[in-house]
Amino acid sequence: MAPHDLRRPFKRPKISDQQRRRELSLQRQAQHRRDAQQQARCLADTILSLQNDVAAEAEPQFESSPQSEEHSQDFDVRDAAKLKGAEARRWFAKQLMLPEWMIDVPDRLSSDWYVFARPAGKRCFVVSSNGITVSRLRNGAMLHRFRSSLPNGGARGNNSYCILDCVFHEPDQTYYVIDLVCWSGMSLYECTAEFRFFWLNSKLDEIGGGNDRKYRFSAVVVYNCDQEGLKAAYTGMVPYVKDGLLFYNKHAHYQSGNTPLVLVWKDENCSQYVVDTDSKGQVPDQQHVVLELLDDGGVVTSDDPPVKFGCLDSDFVQKTGLKTSYLLRFAIGEGGLCFADGKLEKADLHYLGKSNRARAFADSYSKVIFQYAVRHSPLKIEHLFASISSSNEEENTPCDTEMVG
Amino acid sequence: MAMEVTQVLLSAQAVDSSVRKHAEDTLKQFQEQNLPGFFLSLSGELASEEKPVDSRRLAGLILKNALDAKEQHRKYELVQRWLSLDVGVKSQIKACLLQTLSSTSSDARSTASQVIAKVAGIELPQKQWPELIGSLLANVHQVPPHVKQATLETLGYLCEEVVPEVVEQDQVNKILTAVVQGMNANEGNTDVRLAATRALYNALGFAQANFSNDMERDYIMRVVCEATLSPDVKIRQAAYECLVSIGSAYYDKLAPYIQDIFNITSKAVREDEDPVALQAIEFWSSICDEEIDILEEYGGEFTADSDVPCYYFIKQALPALVPMLLETLLKQEEDQDQDEGAWNLAMAGGTCLGLVARTVGDDIVPLVMPFIEENITKADWRQREAATYAFGSILEGPSPDKLTPIVNVALNFMLTALTNDPSSHVKDTTAWTLGRIFEFLHGSTVETPIITPANCQQIITVLLQSMKDAPNVAEKACGALYFLAQGYDDVGPTSPMTPYFQEIVQSLLNVTHREDAGESRLRTAAYETLNEVVRCSTDETARLVLELVQVIMTELHNTLEAQKLSSDERERQNELQGLLCGCLQVIIQKLGASEPTKYAFMQYADQIMNLFLRVFACRNATVHEEAMLAIGALAYVTGPTFAKYMADFYKYLEMGLQNFEEYQVCAVTVGVVGDICRALEDKIMPYCDGIMTLLLKDLSSNQLHRSVKPPIFSCFGDIALAIGENFEKYLMYAMPMLQSAAELSAHTSGADDEMIEYTNLLRNGILEAYSGIFQGFKNSPKTQLLIPFAPHILQFLDSIYMEKDMDDVVMKTAIGVLGDLADTLGSNAGSLIQQSLSSKDFLNECLSSDDHLIKESAEWARLAISRAISV
Repeated sequence: MAPHDLRRPFKRPKISDQQRRRELSLQRQAQHRRDAQQQARCLADTILSLQNDVAAEAEPQFESSPQSEEHSQDFDVRDAAKLKGAEARRWFAKQLMLPEWMIDVPDRLSSDWYVFARPAGKRCFVVSSNGITVSRLRNGAMLHRFRSSLPNGGARGNNSYCILDCVFHEPDQTYYVIDLVCWSGMSLYECTAEFRFFWLNSKLDEIGGGNDRKYRFSAVVVYNCDQEGLKAAYTGMVPYVKDGLLFYNKHAHYQSGNTPLVLVWKDENCSQYVVDTDSKGQVPDQQHVVLELLDDGGVVTSDDPPVKFGCLDSDFVQKTGLKTSYLLRFAIGEGGLCFADGKLEKADLHYLGKSNRARAFADSYSKVIFQYAVRHSPLKIEHLFASISSSNEEENTPCDTEMVG
Repeated sequence: MAMEVTQVLLSAQAVDSSVRKHAEDTLKQFQEQNLPGFFLSLSGELASEEKPVDSRRLAGLILKNALDAKEQHRKYELVQRWLSLDVGVKSQIKACLLQTLSSTSSDARSTASQVIAKVAGIELPQKQWPELIGSLLANVHQVPPHVKQATLETLGYLCEEVVPEVVEQDQVNKILTAVVQGMNANEGNTDVRLAATRALYNALGFAQANFSNDMERDYIMRVVCEATLSPDVKIRQAAYECLVSIGSAYYDKLAPYIQDIFNITSKAVREDEDPVALQAIEFWSSICDEEIDILEEYGGEFTADSDVPCYYFIKQALPALVPMLLETLLKQEEDQDQDEGAWNLAMAGGTCLGLVARTVGDDIVPLVMPFIEENITKADWRQREAATYAFGSILEGPSPDKLTPIVNVALNFMLTALTNDPSSHVKDTTAWTLGRIFEFLHGSTVETPIITPANCQQIITVLLQSMKDAPNVAEKACGALYFLAQGYDDVGPTSPMTPYFQEIVQSLLNVTHREDAGESRLRTAAYETLNEVVRCSTDETARLVLELVQVIMTELHNTLEAQKLSSDERERQNELQGLLCGCLQVIIQKLGASEPTKYAFMQYADQIMNLFLRVFACRNATVHEEAMLAIGALAYVTGPTFAKYMADFYKYLEMGLQNFEEYQVCAVTVGVVGDICRALEDKIMPYCDGIMTLLLKDLSSNQLHRSVKPPIFSCFGDIALAIGENFEKYLMYAMPMLQSAAELSAHTSGADDEMIEYTNLLRNGILEAYSGIFQGFKNSPKTQLLIPFAPHILQFLDSIYMEKDMDDVVMKTAIGVLGDLADTLGSNAGSLIQQSLSSKDFLNECLSSDDHLIKESAEWARLAISRAISV
């Protein structure tokens, strides 16, 4: 039994570079394995959920021609990404998740909601596929076609694709990404907002914003809607021009069309466009609304189910040559809107004419009401803060539940 | 049955190689033809007092080697062979061995001790040879001291061979009593006392119960401490070895003795001979190891249920310990920096000082600073070096707040010393200290940067200049540059290193070409630094990295052109090829990480692959591994076009997968199979039969290191994902293997940390295989084939969930498998899934996890399950 060697490493790093090379290789392999799994899991997933969406959304009132309805049954999102012209417009016009306007403050704002300052600009979908990136406006029309650093949005890689929900902000030529629908072939339709925002931030970090490209991509800062978060979103500095605040329910999935789980709110301090303007950019004396004409002469909002604001006389319809599903513009007269039990009872509507052709939808109920409130008794930021602090108090007050623990 | 073997054994040690060869063949033949006779002859030879000592010793040695082997598989065979021998034969051999312990030849006694311990190592766990320990203990009380000495030595070896669990506590008590009595100061014979002290070192692992008994522990500690004061230096050294071991194994029992131990160790460090003084320092180093572990594990917060509390021995001893260690720093040897095997008081003392700094943090700084200030400008190089070494040693541990102001003052001094100090020894330590400064106080996590635009250029200039110094100094300068680069790893798009990138790379390449680059690991250090500089570079220098590809390729090409090399030269060439392949691997991985550089790199892919294939022809394990790693990185970059290399590369892939001895090579090759699967997808089909066969063989081999098995399972998943339903034909082989491995890894009760860690690796591999298989079969008409395996897989998920010991990685993979199963089998597995615990409690736990990867997988699983159930 000879004495034991007691030498310790002397002036040596703790691990060798060779060991590091091994470890870094293993990390790389693990990462690529993870990516491959993710890809496998999500490809079919996206196709499936989008097909469902297409089928569910193919409602007649939005379709002007029956042929495209048949088409849409067969699309998967890659086909959709390849769509051109009118078909693409129709398809994408139905895919954006549209916020309702905040006409009263939802419960549990501070615990269940996010808030962020909405960038002023053009709301659009950005789709990368086959080595090219295309942005499409709310009505489905194409805005830009460019090479980006999104996966498969510049250099042609594989069959993957991305769909981002963005606001294009002119002054700095930046797409502010406000939501993420698909990333690298992975569908996030059925993921919570909490997860989508997390995923959005980590993926945008990975591609690094694309500073070297024509247009940049940038995330917006999302806050929990507590006192500080709301304050930060409302008054905080952002690199873009603000247009109101967006509120996202944390648990909500991405859902095409209007949803009460995403809300928009604005006042003069955080938006230049609080009161709707007409086509010349002037605030009209009376509030204008756009409603859709039904078979029976009813004029309704774009909500599901639609809210009926009134009914056109059948003679009037015939005389003016109006057809079902036309979008019509009205002014709200002196009589205003009358409510009973929180429901619209009567509206003093004055027909102005057909709406601008670029419009894809009627106004939503919440928009009309919000605009009406802005002109009469607006929901103020103080109300929002008050609602947060009162809900805090509620949480702190003792409850009647008997403790058995 | 026995045979006269003396002459053969002597011939086997002859100078004449043909005589030797003939004798060896005879012995081999004898062993093969008549094993019992062979063993009996050898043991008879060993026991016989009339025989020459040389033949007796060799007889014992052959016997010992016939009972044990390093390699696990071979060892098992030898054990089984011994156990199956006739009982009578074994008794006869054992009697001879025990008899030899009384021999007058110390060589014969010592050899017999070792053989007895080997036999005990085989038989005691089988509850055989129960009388052994009794008869040994009887020997201890015999009068002739040489018998006593041999018996104590045997007990020592026995404790080394046998695990404590197979010896009854009653016998343990008797062994310890005999050993400790033998160590006692009133034992008059030095050989006996030394043998006893060395035996205690091995017996300490058996003394758990005795160390819990105050009286017995006091007695053992007293005897050990007394032995450290023995007039015999070997006994003192052996006694300190015991103390070091006690410090680690019984840290929590040391409190009553620590003051006394400090007194005797500090006297030994100052006054005793080096071998003893080094052990005395080692005692404090090992106490530091213990306290660092404890503090790391509990983060400094102790609750009542912490296993081992920290007694802060180092903190308490600090005011006396630090001056003692500082004194040792002045006892350097002239040329210790050139001597790879050197270990002296200054080195041990400085190393211990570094550990003390890690243990106590800020508290050490004021105790060391006066020593540094006093000595750093002295005329004697020993004082300057000691001061610098002290400074370098305390850079890890104390907070940056404490160190940064000091480093800011010292940095300039260090740079001047590295340039101007006349002593190469001082420059070596100065460059090392700069490396430590950059390692611990430079980087994105440090709040106040010590490297600024103002001094960055000067630092780099000095380091590059220093790379032309003596090899040991240049090697440390490379090391410093390594950590300088590392600190800018995540600096963002603009790196302060960028303006110097080209100059740095050129300087490092110059170093690799130095005549004396083979000394002090200099060439290796230069390439390693080059690797780190490349890893931490930014897009700004991507073009220069791309140019480097050609340079390194040329270097590698040159190594392949050299012909008719001596074996020394060949070894050096192989080493260089390893370094160059390693460097190319780093470059490929770097350029492959972003799209534009990846495409620019592609132009070199053919040439590089061709070079790698030629390197494989050299057949050296290290080169093989490095080239293999580089090929994995290349496959990722080239994607499907890698297919064109497969015809030439495949045979090396096969070789790698069959390399059981160098298991790292095998493991790396398995990883590369995964890379190639992802690159080629279904184009890997033609090679799958061969690869799967080898992987299945690897799994069934008990020669292959166990660490390679989890990645092999993961590799099944990679293959299945790549070839989809074509994996069908491997299901009948792969599934039963996965299933039995899953059963083995489901429960860990009673396992130690290391085993739990391994089990989790295994689980992860198994689960990754399942994931790959499910995803591979998705949307295929053959999905039905997987349905029979679903109940077992769900049961496996449930049981590892119940076991509550999986780590985050396994959790993420496991919940993913649940999703994959639901996704692929759909409604076929709906009711099975609903019955499983995993789909409820486990899923909920994962959904609310803080780990985003777990959460992400869980979201996916939730979605897949909801679809499977709703359909």
